[in-house]
Amino acid sequence: MTKITFGKAINSAIDQAMALDKSVICYGLGATDPKGIFGTTLGLEKKYGKKRVFDMPTSENAMTGVGIGASMVGIKPVMTHQRLDFFLLALDQLVNGAAKMHYMFGGTVNIPITIRLILGRGWGQGPTHSQNLQAWFAHIPGLKVVMPSSPEDAKGLLISSIFDPNPVVFLEHRWLHNTVGEVPDNDFRIEIGTSKKLVDGNDITIVSMSYLTIEAQIAEKYLRKNGVSVDLIDLRSIKPIDMKAISESLKKTGKILVLDTGFTTCSVSSDIISRVLINNFEFLTHPPAQIAMPDVPEPTSFGLTKSFYKRAADIAKKVLDMMGIDSLDPFNDLPPPAPHDVPGDWFKGPF
Amino acid sequence: MDIKDKTKLDLALDKEILFNIYYVMRRIRAVEEKIVEEYPKKQIRCPTHLSIGQEGVPAALAQVVTKHDYAISTHRGHAHYLAKGGDLDKMIAELYGKECGCSKGKGGSMHLIDVEQGFMGTSAIVGNSIPLGVGLALSLELKGLKNISCIFLGDGAIEEGSFYESLNFAVLRKLPTLFICENNLYSVYSPLDVRQPIDRQIHTIAEAVGAKTACCDGNNVIDSYETLNTICQEIRSGSGPWFVEFETYRWREHCGYNYDNDIGYRTEEEYETWKRRDPIKTFVDYLKNNYSIEVVNKLEQIDQNIFKEVEEAFEKAKKASYPDPSHAYTSIYCQ
Repeated sequence: MTKITFGKAINSAIDQAMALDKSVICYGLGATDPKGIFGTTLGLEKKYGKKRVFDMPTSENAMTGVGIGASMVGIKPVMTHQRLDFFLLALDQLVNGAAKMHYMFGGTVNIPITIRLILGRGWGQGPTHSQNLQAWFAHIPGLKVVMPSSPEDAKGLLISSIFDPNPVVFLEHRWLHNTVGEVPDNDFRIEIGTSKKLVDGNDITIVSMSYLTIEAQIAEKYLRKNGVSVDLIDLRSIKPIDMKAISESLKKTGKILVLDTGFTTCSVSSDIISRVLINNFEFLTHPPAQIAMPDVPEPTSFGLTKSFYKRAADIAKKVLDMMGIDSLDPFNDLPPPAPHDVPGDWFKGPF
Repeated sequence: MDIKDKTKLDLALDKEILFNIYYVMRRIRAVEEKIVEEYPKKQIRCPTHLSIGQEGVPAALAQVVTKHDYAISTHRGHAHYLAKGGDLDKMIAELYGKECGCSKGKGGSMHLIDVEQGFMGTSAIVGNSIPLGVGLALSLELKGLKNISCIFLGDGAIEEGSFYESLNFAVLRKLPTLFICENNLYSVYSPLDVRQPIDRQIHTIAEAVGAKTACCDGNNVIDSYETLNTICQEIRSGSGPWFVEFETYRWREHCGYNYDNDIGYRTEEEYETWKRRDPIKTFVDYLKNNYSIEVVNKLEQIDQNIFKEVEEAFEKAKKASYPDPSHAYTSIYCQ
């Protein structure tokens, strides 16, 4: 185990996958530039050569198709986009192609492509540089969608994604890249579709994903200190989704709050709550709750985003309301970081 | 661009090639005409785009590629599948939605594939399969193989962004790609002059992007053969991408089995003009004028074999069973 950043864990996962298997290739706009996609692809070109690690034309759609075509005959591409929003130009290839080909060609081909998309919030990224569209991808049969929140999970899930015989959309929150954690040095895999129990508790289930897990952990500590016991589940995979873990937790707590980095309508969190209502209604002692982004484009201005992002205090407040506790003021106890629109001092924007 | 030193067919030596061109072309037409006969019976229940009138180019290509080369195609892909060696029985069964179809009934006419023959699929979305073909070529480069990737596209796909993006990358990486543009003048019912500037020649666009290009009458199969033969040799020796535009014409409606010259988007006259250039008839006339009666008689024998083969394929497909309904829920992921 070594303490490394989330970004370095991604780098290490690709590195080890490329060392293990010559059919793994890595490309994306900026993959070989001096910044190496937030450090995640640094050093790979030197180690594995220009044929396997390359920059690409600004052609998101075709380059996705190129990866899919190559993957039909055994190449395992890892393609990266610095913003999920850029990748929207490639939805035809993803939805009509990668997701369907194994099925519509009767199982004769499979598409082992991994598409890394970076999403986020803050620092004026605004309406078209910050969208968390995991629900879109999860909606499409044939895709797997992964959204880790810790460096260890990032590495274990990325190696699993690369060697999965199916297309995997691997979503990295920009605010996680510089978080630090213990990560195994060797090749290790985490099964896609398994969630992780971060804290065992009895009063309420919180289901979280990606960066909101960081905020949820802050809220959980605060709640624990104030006598509320949270069962905290980090989803890690959006599709397949680990509903089993959620319903087991709910059976114990009777209350559920689902956190979502995406817009509210037709969101992953809405879907989880819908499944809970359909399948686990009898466990509920309180209406289920949801914290997601409002159904508005993300504004750019520093002034407009002050209370826009959901954070630990919002989570704690929601839990306290559900528990019927009104003696605490989490907005006072858990003040927002200053400035509010960056994950930490290291973040100098725009990238 | 004229191709210098085009390898000419040696009419004395290459008789087998001539017979084989005829076989592929005639077989495609026989299959398509059988579909015309069967389609109204409503047992083939999927959108079907016939290649009648456009058999020449695939038949020519069939002579210069092997199953180790790749090909990928479009919604109008029957001819390409068959020319590349795709299994006839499995294709017809696929049209009938049967378990033994090439895509196990999950794809239909627009999703034909025969991986063993290097025919890597067709797409129902215009422009969608072009980058896949470039990706197949990239795999050849990565694996150090000397084969080529053939990408069938139509004049409509030239208007898609994916075409430019794909060609650009193929040129950038000098990938072993052969873009085969069958220009049949129409995208569904929209003629070229409402879609592209009237004085444009499509192949010049590819030339501007950096591919080597040629233009050829797709109804003249011998010229198509000589052109593709020369070009494929060049690609195999490392020339990088070639783009060849072929003049072609689909005889029947965009999707379905009828003639539709009466609905007003093109004229009966135009259709008749192109029909006179029928690639099969032109080819047979050529053989009749240049070869002995024995050669011509051989064609009749080929015909008989084809008709028998096609009849049998349809009979088998009709008799075959549908997939179990539970199969609708399988193969979503590769295990």
